[in-house]
Amino acid sequence: MSAPTKLPRWAELALLPLLNLGFALLLSGVIVRLLGESPWAALKLMVAGSVGTQEGIGYTLYYATNFIFTGLAVAVAYHAGLFNIGAEGQAYVGGLGVGLVALWLGDAPRFVVLPLAILAGAGFGAAWAFLPAWLQAKRGSHIVITTIMFNFIASALMTYLLVNVLIKPGQQSPETREFGAHAFMPAAHDLLARAGLTFAATPLNFAFVLALAAAVLVWIFVWHTRWGYALRVAGENAAAAVYAGIAPPRSIMGSMLLSGALAGSLGLNELLGSQHRILIDFTGGAGFVGIAVSLMGRNHPVGIIFSSVLFGALYQGGSQLSFDMPKINRDMVVVIQGLVILFCGAMENVFRAPLTAVFARFGRSKTGL
Amino acid sequence: MKFARSLLPFIGALVLAIPARAAADFQPAIVFDFGGKFDRSFNQSASEGAERFKKDTGVAYREFEITNAAQREQAMTQLAKRGASIIVAIGFTQASAVEKVAKQFPQVRFTLIDAVVDLPNVQSVNFREQESAFLCGMAAALASKSGKVGFVGGMDIPLIRKFALGYVEGVHFVNPSAEVFQNMTGTTPAAWGDPTKGAELAKSQFGRGADVIFHAAGATGIGVMQAAKDAGKLSIGCDSNQNYLHPGSVLTSAIKRVDVAVYKSFDAARLGTWQAGQVVLGLAEQGIDYSLDEFNRKVITPEMEKRLNQAKADIIAGKLKVSEYKAQ
Repeated sequence: MSAPTKLPRWAELALLPLLNLGFALLLSGVIVRLLGESPWAALKLMVAGSVGTQEGIGYTLYYATNFIFTGLAVAVAYHAGLFNIGAEGQAYVGGLGVGLVALWLGDAPRFVVLPLAILAGAGFGAAWAFLPAWLQAKRGSHIVITTIMFNFIASALMTYLLVNVLIKPGQQSPETREFGAHAFMPAAHDLLARAGLTFAATPLNFAFVLALAAAVLVWIFVWHTRWGYALRVAGENAAAAVYAGIAPPRSIMGSMLLSGALAGSLGLNELLGSQHRILIDFTGGAGFVGIAVSLMGRNHPVGIIFSSVLFGALYQGGSQLSFDMPKINRDMVVVIQGLVILFCGAMENVFRAPLTAVFARFGRSKTGL
Repeated sequence: MKFARSLLPFIGALVLAIPARAAADFQPAIVFDFGGKFDRSFNQSASEGAERFKKDTGVAYREFEITNAAQREQAMTQLAKRGASIIVAIGFTQASAVEKVAKQFPQVRFTLIDAVVDLPNVQSVNFREQESAFLCGMAAALASKSGKVGFVGGMDIPLIRKFALGYVEGVHFVNPSAEVFQNMTGTTPAAWGDPTKGAELAKSQFGRGADVIFHAAGATGIGVMQAAKDAGKLSIGCDSNQNYLHPGSVLTSAIKRVDVAVYKSFDAARLGTWQAGQVVLGLAEQGIDYSLDEFNRKVITPEMEKRLNQAKADIIAGKLKVSEYKAQ
């Protein structure tokens, strides 16, 4: 092969991901076929179930909200050269902050509770990221290891609190009592009804807007502020950063705290928006999906929003699929999701070389783009 | 024997039943929890009940296994919208979802296993697990030569503490000076599906001198039982009858007849005799029991059987009280 040519931007950003997605779905189709169901019917069910109805759209965007928060969390750390595996734990503890505010002030006016809950979620999430960040910045303990450990500590802490301290007395399930009604995040169908539109009742809520706002803020922060610049320089090359007068430990701390704060906001959607109580394992692996979402979205807020919606659609479409096709059980749905992660995340470069060759041959005149 | 005999009619039905054309307007449905319907324990027992109902009556049922918390409500809402007549929700974690959806669909009947929701269209089925745990504790103490026995729980939640408390009481009822080692596998739902860790915990308890271990840990318990088999010690199964897993090494199992609860609930709804309210199943109602079959016949001596059955009769008669763990 000749010297590597760069792909045109549109192919890099749209064609390659679509190609990867296509192959993932193709392979999933083969497996569905082997199970004795029609791949075409399965695909139709998944698409119709995720974006074909108001309910489907609501659930898809509701799941996507979680992934936007955790995806952004992973991306911010990534730009500082850090691989934050701890979004799961930060989201879990952040949810504790959100939930505590909602439990204590659930009857206070909404404009008091919600901002405080937002602050508490971000604060608790950031606090959970503080120690791993400090250990990395000052002691060089690897962030991957420490954040994984902190996921387990978070889980142990939350289970202890829910089983022994916060549990609603007299019940089996380790859950708190329901929050006061003022602490509920306004539901999308209620908000739309106020605007005169009818929308099916789904868990989609105002946190989706907050997630989009967070994406915009991350974009401004990382690419349009001095701190964001310092963070990216330190992430690219710590030695060069020092030479340029940037202290890498500070950018490590800053990016990890922001990362934790973003992950901690997941509770706004999951707890205030949908469950209305703190319960065991409410994060449901969203922190880990955030890693895939961020990688697939090339660590850019716009990409993260798109890939979050894709994963939301896979979650919702997948559950619809297992609902209507009993042969496709939930494990099969996980396989399909896994294939998408494999092709779009881990193997995203497999098609790059052939595609580049194709463009080099046929598009030589256009490469001046 | 008794257990095997109680299975006979079902086996017969399995062979003979010619699926009758079901009334189209009766649609039962079941929602499993995180463990999934193949956990060889709690959810699987429920699934077996539903399958048996299908075999016996020819009525198909819809099912859903959830993968995240939001799906509980979603699945139930969807089932209700599609005209389900009765929805059986497996596991205490479903309580809040049942409460929400049952309010929205007052004409749909809900049966909730292992928790209580007080609504006019909800039947709450609970088990007195402490009673079977007590009998298993007695069996452990009677079989133990070292005077030390173990308990391996799954996730540290009130339900498992209920098992642990009943077990410890049973042990001390037989041998007040016996030592009971207790371990919980973990603090995440992964604790229900970690046989490796279950085996490690069992080994460490054997190392400290225990010779009988009771597990209440879902699929994690498979590891506990394997470790007992490998070490030549005894284990006690949970929820489903697990005696057959390692004949001769499994002392007995604390059975919880979730299958019967599911079957009865479906059937009552079909016949129109289903009623809302609370149902509590214990030894007296044969909702729970310790298991005795050809697989553990050799390890349960006649004297043990006599003492266990005596205690069982006393519990049923109310002469023997087993404490129930209450979440504060």
